[in-house]
Amino acid sequence: MQEPKYRSVFDIIGPVMIGPSSSHTAGAVRIGKLARALHGMDVERAEITFYGSFKETYRGHGTDTAITAGILNMDPHDERVREALALAREKGVAVEFLESTQEADHPNTARVRLMTDMHMSELVGISIGGGKVEIVEILGFPVHLGGDVPTLIIRHIDRHGMIARVAQVLADYAINIATMHVSRKGKGEQALMTIEVDELPPADALTAMQAYDGIIGVSLLYLP
Amino acid sequence: MRFRTIEELVELAIRHKMALSEVMIAQEMEVTGKSREEIIRRMDEQLTVMERAARRGVRPETRSRSALTGGDGAKLLQYIDQGKHLAGEDVLRAMAFAIGTNEENAAMGLICATPTAGAAGVVPGVLFAHAPRLQATREQMINFLFTAGAFGYCVANNAFISGAQGGCQAEVGSATGMAAAALVEMAGGTPQQSAHAFAIALKNLLGLICDPVAGLVEVPCVKRNAMGAALATVASDMALAGIESRIPPDEVVQAMYEVGKRLPVAFRETALGGLAATPTGRHLAEMVRTKENIETYDRGR
Repeated sequence: MQEPKYRSVFDIIGPVMIGPSSSHTAGAVRIGKLARALHGMDVERAEITFYGSFKETYRGHGTDTAITAGILNMDPHDERVREALALAREKGVAVEFLESTQEADHPNTARVRLMTDMHMSELVGISIGGGKVEIVEILGFPVHLGGDVPTLIIRHIDRHGMIARVAQVLADYAINIATMHVSRKGKGEQALMTIEVDELPPADALTAMQAYDGIIGVSLLYLP
Repeated sequence: MRFRTIEELVELAIRHKMALSEVMIAQEMEVTGKSREEIIRRMDEQLTVMERAARRGVRPETRSRSALTGGDGAKLLQYIDQGKHLAGEDVLRAMAFAIGTNEENAAMGLICATPTAGAAGVVPGVLFAHAPRLQATREQMINFLFTAGAFGYCVANNAFISGAQGGCQAEVGSATGMAAAALVEMAGGTPQQSAHAFAIALKNLLGLICDPVAGLVEVPCVKRNAMGAALATVASDMALAGIESRIPPDEVVQAMYEVGKRLPVAFRETALGGLAATPTGRHLAEMVRTKENIETYDRGR
């Protein structure tokens, strides 16, 4: 017999979440939280652009509050989600919301740009229903990530040996690579590695990669 | 112990002389490898979330960010207290808790989806209204949720439970059938009677479209949860009276699936048809879209 779509009774009596909408609220928290994980540090300024249905309904659904909660590292079931805008202000995080009339491929699309001092990171996330999300762009590079398996995001300079060095660190920590994708803006320019791994890499492994010349930044995205 | 259809679920309960809730627990243990205690503890936690959501939702001050909904659960409870109501008190209380839960959802409160956030009021509404008079123990209340979950599981795996896929019949329709079946078990009915209550309830919501004003889970969702809770109660009564659904429950699920697939996209959560497309629906949507100072709304300025 084929495995059923819904396996557990808690797929039906659950999930426990902050309302009102799994796609427009719970999913938005996850997009914000993945953006925070990519950024890898406390945020000073956030600029969020909504597209499609997110743009049309974010005020009523609290998508703006939800995404801010994620940027502050909250989970979708955290009861502080609804106070996230006030909490951001208390913490001195400046959050700005923009509405884009540009066509997006998916109705529930948000672009999140985070800044701290001179450090900037940016991703585009889509909320695909039931609280599930996908990251479709990181720093201008097209990607395809769900964040539900540990994923290393490595920004580096396009030059020989970078993949070997990263792979060596993973081997040293006995971490198996599930999938790997590398792309670059142009020869010798900025490049991005996305590596899905089977084991959760410790902070030391990230530091070891970061130490190599030519590696600009390493972050770990994982929201089980 | 594995079931995929309502027929298989009922058959397992009869063969092993078990309650439907027990069959659900047994399958959950088998599928997840978790212990009975662990599974029951988790359902106890879901129940606690539902209790809190319903209690918070029926406070008069509950308001959504759009200010389109809030305070109606409280109104209904006050009305019951005046003693001049027409329908039975338990039916009205089921509606009040269903409304309250959905108003809490719209107000960005913590809720438990049953089976979705938009339909989260029906199952707890029915449970909290009837548990006191049926003198249900905590264990029986937890079992109510397993039985509701068992029927929802069959719907989800053989049809759909989201408004975007199947319209409101897939959300409030499924929730109403789930609540009706679980209420029969809590009232001492047989597994077959639960299945008939489920079928009778869902049959009467076939074709219900999903047409949320401004695309928000508020209008008409909150009131549809109330009606779902009322319908679940009377469907349970019909089944307990010995009335049977001529169409078997699995075929009703199949019919719901067929109807949902053929619903135009305008009636599947897109806010392009039905109540959302009425002059007032459009006007409210424009108000929500442009409103700068929505209640409790803080843009951090």
